[in-house]
Amino acid sequence: MYRIKEKKELADGIYECWIEAPHISRHARAGQFLVLRIDDSGERIPLTISGVDGDDVRVIYMAVGKTTHYLASLGEGDLIRDVAGPLGTPATIRDYGTCVVIGGGVGIACTPIIAKELREAGNRVIGIIGARNAGLLICEDEMRDVCDELFVCTDDGSSGYHGFPAGLLKRELEALSIDAVWIIGPAIMMKITSEVTRPYGVKTFVSLNPIMVDGTGMCGSCRVTVGGETKFACVDGPEFDAHQVDFDELMRRQRIYLDQEKEALALYQNHECRCMGDRKHA
Amino acid sequence: MRDRSPDLRIHDFQEVDPGLNGQEAIAEAMLCLQCKKPLCVDGCPVGIDIPGFIAQVAEGNFLAAYEIIRSENMLPAICGRVCPQEVQCEGACVLANKGSPVAIGALERFVADRAREETDPKPPALAEQTGKRVAVVGSGPAGVTAAAELVRRGHSVTIFESLHEAGGVLIYGIPEFRLPKEVVRAEIEGVKDLGVTVHLNHLAGRSITPEELLGHDAVFLAMGAGLPHFMGIDGENLNGVYSANEFLTRVNLMHADRFPESDTPVMQGRRVAVVGGGNVAMDAARVARRLGAEAALIYRRREEDMPARKAETEHAKEEGVRFITCANPVKIYGEQSVTGIECLRMDLQGTDESGRPVPRPVEGSNFVVDADLCIIAIGQSPNPLLARMIPGLRLGKRGTVLVDDDGRTSIPHVFAGGDISTGAATVITAMGSAKVAAVAIDRMLMEQG
Ligand SMILES: Cc1cc2nc3c(=O)[nH]c(=O)nc-3n(C[C@H](O)[C@H](O)[C@H](O)COP(=O)(O)OP(=O)(O)OC[C@H]3O[C@@H](n4cnc5c(N)ncnc54)[C@H](O)[C@@H]3O)c2cc1C
Ligand SMILES: Cc1cc2nc3c(=O)[nH]c(=O)nc-3n(C[C@H](O)[C@H](O)[C@H](O)COP(=O)(O)OP(=O)(O)OC[C@H]3O[C@@H](n4cnc5c(N)ncnc54)[C@H](O)[C@@H]3O)c2cc1C
Ligand code: SF4
Ligand code: SF4
Ligand code: FES
Repeated sequence: MYRIKEKKELADGIYECWIEAPHISRHARAGQFLVLRIDDSGERIPLTISGVDGDDVRVIYMAVGKTTHYLASLGEGDLIRDVAGPLGTPATIRDYGTCVVIGGGVGIACTPIIAKELREAGNRVIGIIGARNAGLLICEDEMRDVCDELFVCTDDGSSGYHGFPAGLLKRELEALSIDAVWIIGPAIMMKITSEVTRPYGVKTFVSLNPIMVDGTGMCGSCRVTVGGETKFACVDGPEFDAHQVDFDELMRRQRIYLDQEKEALALYQNHECRCMGDRKHA
Repeated sequence: MRDRSPDLRIHDFQEVDPGLNGQEAIAEAMLCLQCKKPLCVDGCPVGIDIPGFIAQVAEGNFLAAYEIIRSENMLPAICGRVCPQEVQCEGACVLANKGSPVAIGALERFVADRAREETDPKPPALAEQTGKRVAVVGSGPAGVTAAAELVRRGHSVTIFESLHEAGGVLIYGIPEFRLPKEVVRAEIEGVKDLGVTVHLNHLAGRSITPEELLGHDAVFLAMGAGLPHFMGIDGENLNGVYSANEFLTRVNLMHADRFPESDTPVMQGRRVAVVGGGNVAMDAARVARRLGAEAALIYRRREEDMPARKAETEHAKEEGVRFITCANPVKIYGEQSVTGIECLRMDLQGTDESGRPVPRPVEGSNFVVDADLCIIAIGQSPNPLLARMIPGLRLGKRGTVLVDDDGRTSIPHVFAGGDISTGAATVITAMGSAKVAAVAIDRMLMEQG
């Protein structure tokens, strides 16, 4: 059992949770993730390790389906049945020169830890974070602390630049010489944004989020096509060369269980209203 | 022996074979000739005193029989169920040439089940503490056996297991209807009761670094052969194509058969095609049947060449699994999800080094098997992650960890056994190699003083 040390809502439907898991915190590096299972009938879901403090690790997640909603209903002192990690190959951090680190939506959660390690490795780091609207922006202060420069954008213009991260990225690419770019967010955002760097020939990394089970290379659920070859994202990645990734396949495979996911969420919410309504709305 | 009827059993995950009762066990035990030179024992990789335990069963001394088995085998309820007895103990029994060997596996299972259900078997005596620390990676049959042998000899043993439950393939791979998880849990609890520490959710190489691992007085690597092979053909990443590992893990470990009570889903096929002819393929096809699908098996050679245990191919056929033999997939069709599998007929010629015929594709013989789910069960290789991270650890061509006759690797205090060193094999060979390595580890630790 692993204890939740701290939990809070960062934005509408986006939560931060610190979990006591010394076996993970001891060796976690930027770009790695953990797999958790809340209780005995729970699903194993992967979440990026977005921070480390002593024995504790942080995850930041958006409540999208049954498991993430359930996780969002837990609070300080509650226990999580299983947490495994750190998993995946760490981000390829070295001294590139000038780097841009881009986060979109809940993907912003993964960026401070990468920006920080890049900075420590000697890079000049430009951050770009974007969300649908100002209310969904997360980790802005944290990114400001670890980046040399930070740009914010929103789809509706409610904060910062009015538009997508891709627009800001293009502006930077034209103004400066950029050596490497990280893009983390929803698959469609990673696909579109990485097209911006392609003509410039700038090394671009993305962190892929296919459906996983074990997260240790044993099942192949997470297979993705990169440079025409099948890779297991949980061990060969999740970070890959953006320009080699078959994003359409990734997006297709993310939808495998759409019907079951809807069913599970509806059942959970129905159940939650009946049993936990008091607790939630009190 | 008295299997539940196929019509009944394809609707649930309860055990196919309910096992012997006391009277049947005694009657079966009386058939044993109590040979002076028991050939059956040579056929058992862990060398159980088979006539010894059978003599006790014949007398009705079931607990005494259990003690005899347990001195050589900590997991008898498991082995009695899943060992390929026809090529091991029972295959070697003198009565086998007459066509009816003693049912050693069924007797072993009976004795172990009886001990678990009706008595409180006392744990075997432990030696004095030596103060030596041994790390075991993996909690499959190899890891658990080595841990039990070493803790009995007084060493302090920690198992690191990446999954949330101990047991390896016994838990995530072999389905409930062949090996109830309650049986696996009970036998592993028995090992934990000896004083073995198990750290779940620990992926060695990540949660614990190779250096930390090598800091132990001895290390036993038992990561198994869990890396699923794919065929490398068109359409293999379509939705609806599973490795057998994924399909079986979703159902056995994550209980997707009980979705949505259990949170993990699995795609429900109507027509499932399984590629392969081993135990893994049979298990996948039989699980698919139980989830309500029609199931067909596509295999390159003939039925008699299938590497699965004989009982499993028989059971699969009884349960209505269709065998498409001498055929090999070349392409999987579908837009988003699988709609069919194109195969080529195979012509069998000559024999390979394993004595099996060599399949060759017949040009122009293409045909399509309709399917909405395709499960690939063509083999697994050793788990590469940790082995590649240990500097100086010599690996074989297929990614196996190379060991000598004692299970010692190229690093003096690091040993390995089970599927990680042999490639995908059997529960009992994994246990056999673990016992050999445990003896060598003990000798090394005691020589160091
Ligand atoms: C390496 C990796 C890191 C991730 N990091 C984060 C993170 O830091 N924050 C965050 O909010 N989300 C992250 N995700 C996505 C997160 O795992 C899913 O949102 C979560 O599994 C959804 O579970 P659910 O039951 O709430 O929703 P569901 O209703 O089950 O699913 C919603 C969507 O999430 C995806 N999903 C479902 N099950 C899984 C699964 N077992 N594995 C992966 N994706 C799944 C599917 O595309 C699905 O359509 C990460 C995914 C990966 C692979
Ligand atoms: C579906 C299926 C059916 C089978 N049926 C039979 C049968 O009927 N009879 C039979 O005799 N054999 C059968 N086998 C084969 C048999 O199960 C294996 O040969 C046996 O389990 C091998 O034991 P092992 O201990 O070497 O490895 P495994 O059982 O594979 O266990 C290895 C363990 O190590 C863990 N691990 C791996 N890497 C790490 C790491 N880096 N850190 C921590 N933990 C790690 C894994 O999670 C796993 O739990 C079957 C196999 C499968 C897949
Ligand atoms: S352990 Fe397996 S091979 Fe040995 S006697 Fe028992 S069933 Fe036979
Ligand atoms: S070989 Fe057969 S008959 Fe002889 S002791 Fe073994 S089980 Fe009994
Ligand atoms: S999640 Fe199972 S292999 Fe990657």
